[in-house]
Amino acid sequence: MTDTAFNTVQASGSLRKRLMITLIGGTAILALILFFIVRGYAAQIAQNGQDSILEASVSSILDAAILRDGSVEIDFPYASLSMLDTLEDDRVFYAIYQDDELLSGYATLPRPQSVTDRAAFETLVFQETPVRLASASRVLIGASERTEISVVVGQTQDALSGTLNSISRNVAAFGAGFFALVSLLSFWATATTINPLQRLANAVKRRGPQDLRPFDKAVPVEMVPLVSSLNTLMGRLDQSLTQSEDFIAEAAHRVRTPLATVRSYAETTLVRVTKSENRAALRSMIRAIDESSRAAGQLLDHAMITFRADHLDRQKIELVALVQELVTRLEPIAQMKDVELQLTAPLPVEISGDPILIQNAVRNIIDNALKYSPSDAVIIITVDAQDRPKIQVCDQGPGFPPDEIATLTNRFARGNNAKDIVGSGLGLTIAKDVVAAHDGTLEIFNHDKGGACAVLSF
Amino acid sequence: MRSFIVLGLMLISFAAQANDWEDRQTFSGATPTKTLRILSSTDTSLFKSIIEGFLVENPDVSVEYLVTGTSDIDNIFRKSPNDFDLVISSAMDLQLKLVNDGFADKIDQINHPQWAQWRHSLFAFTIEPAAIVINKDAFAGYDIPQTRQDLIQALRARPDFFTNKLGTYDVRQSGLGFLFATQDARTSETYWRLMEVMGALDTRLYCCSGEMIDDLVSGKIAVAYNVLSSYANARKEIQDKIEVILPADFPTTMMRTILMSKTSENTVTGTEFIKHLLDIQSNSLAPAESLLPALVSAPSQQTISLEPALLTYLDALKRRNFITEWERAVIQ
Repeated sequence: MTDTAFNTVQASGSLRKRLMITLIGGTAILALILFFIVRGYAAQIAQNGQDSILEASVSSILDAAILRDGSVEIDFPYASLSMLDTLEDDRVFYAIYQDDELLSGYATLPRPQSVTDRAAFETLVFQETPVRLASASRVLIGASERTEISVVVGQTQDALSGTLNSISRNVAAFGAGFFALVSLLSFWATATTINPLQRLANAVKRRGPQDLRPFDKAVPVEMVPLVSSLNTLMGRLDQSLTQSEDFIAEAAHRVRTPLATVRSYAETTLVRVTKSENRAALRSMIRAIDESSRAAGQLLDHAMITFRADHLDRQKIELVALVQELVTRLEPIAQMKDVELQLTAPLPVEISGDPILIQNAVRNIIDNALKYSPSDAVIIITVDAQDRPKIQVCDQGPGFPPDEIATLTNRFARGNNAKDIVGSGLGLTIAKDVVAAHDGTLEIFNHDKGGACAVLSF
Repeated sequence: MRSFIVLGLMLISFAAQANDWEDRQTFSGATPTKTLRILSSTDTSLFKSIIEGFLVENPDVSVEYLVTGTSDIDNIFRKSPNDFDLVISSAMDLQLKLVNDGFADKIDQINHPQWAQWRHSLFAFTIEPAAIVINKDAFAGYDIPQTRQDLIQALRARPDFFTNKLGTYDVRQSGLGFLFATQDARTSETYWRLMEVMGALDTRLYCCSGEMIDDLVSGKIAVAYNVLSSYANARKEIQDKIEVILPADFPTTMMRTILMSKTSENTVTGTEFIKHLLDIQSNSLAPAESLLPALVSAPSQQTISLEPALLTYLDALKRRNFITEWERAVIQ
């Protein structure tokens, strides 16, 4: 469980995109369906219109048929063909049959097959052009004979397709408009739907690391389970954080206090004991107690850092002042060892970070330097902001064992030259974890003129 | 005997050549490389200036102008549509049927009013009323008839004078005569009464307007019915002898039309010619060079419109009925 695992949440699609695609895709399909339905409907109406005129023409010709003295006369009116005049000047064909024998008109005009008694309509190709044909027939009854007159009237479909094209254009424009409008609406709908989610995300992001209060703003019904789970989770987190902090403080107290008591007893006893082997034993005891106390302290520090690093409490910090304060605090220990702490900081350096953690890290580094410094040595501490804000600490001790530099920052790792020096092996680990939590790096190397250097960069 | 045979053969061959065409003239541009063949019912004299104007603009063309009657045009063109590029006729119904039957080429690039064209294939370029033309001498001292009714009364008043002195189209021969007759009959019953009166006075029947006008001028006939006014007006030298009357009751008016053969190989030149013709004729200030009446806008109600109904009287049954009835009235 590290920060990176939280930051790279796997994204699978986007709600906004999914909504948009569903809405717009649905609209496109609807618009297409609408187009085809209206067009089909218009085609049917237009075709019905043409059919009814053709039928009227056929029946006006049939009506004019009379049987006079045994022969058929068809004096059909001018209007029979006049009614077929169209804006596109469609061609007109007709044929009149008496008992299937051509009386007049176009001999090769195809005849739609009548299924019922009513007029038959069909679109057939005549003279390489599709022609809408209507046909009907009528029986004439004379004194002694019966004869059947059939009439076929056909018309090309230029005007019809012109009408259909213009209807198609209009419907297409209408459909496109509908599509555009609904697309706009779906943008709006998506935005309104996504907004509460966005607001919640912003509210979470805006919160400080310590702010684990439940969300109390009203959210849409669908988001209630999410928000209530979130609230429950935060409640548990808050509780376990409090417990952890309490536990760390408690543990530190419980370990350090008895150790301090034992140490003071040992020191008191040391003053009273005169036998040299007893004194040596007591000194070893005090030394062991120091080591344990320090280890406990560092373990707690490490636990605290691990805990705090996950919930970084970033503030504006001035590094020079922070290091200066540490140097002042460590000055007595340095003097006891005859070591000089030399701080070089030309300019103030500001960063954003957790002051307690950074202080802890720097103190561990300086501690290390103090421990490994011979008497009369100088520890050079430099704070500057070239390239990145950094703190460099160099001592004049034996330096890191070169073959172990890569593994020294691991937990409990100690250099093979440190056997007789008090330490837990956690100092560099703490420093490394702190800078890592601040997205920085810890660099350790040996100085050309001898001595070890550690650089904390932020 | 032999000379008779020779003479007979000469006559036959002459007839074979001349019988087909009333007139046949070739107009050549400066450097002709192609020939535009125009089949027309309009007299060459009326078209000459239009063709010459066209040849000035298109010197690489020569125009063969073939004149015959409207019914002949229909027969000839249907038989061999490949032989002609353009067809000009005053028989609107026959022209429209040619287009309807798919003989004409569609020319989309010509912009012509809707009422003056059909299917972008048939283009009207004149508006010409049918007129009653009279010999002025025959009506000296009498009222000049203004309507068909007036004419009937005038004929009834002097039957002896008018016997054998009337003329009209033989609708069996002339496509234009048939068109005028059917449209007259469609409009008014007066037509049939006039025909009965004229039939009773032994009306002479003509194939063409030109001959009727000739006989009017010579005094052979006194009244010609349904003559093309444009032909009468075109001949300036006879204006003092005749009078052209547009019947006040209803002047039946036709439009002369042109179409391009679907099988024409000179479509570009043909289209150019039609454009040239329509440009001249659509100009309301009829240019002096054209003897044809211009295509004025806003046709009157009596103008025969270009619509499929024109096919009605071309129907075999209808035509047979109409001609039977016409013969019963006119020939008696």
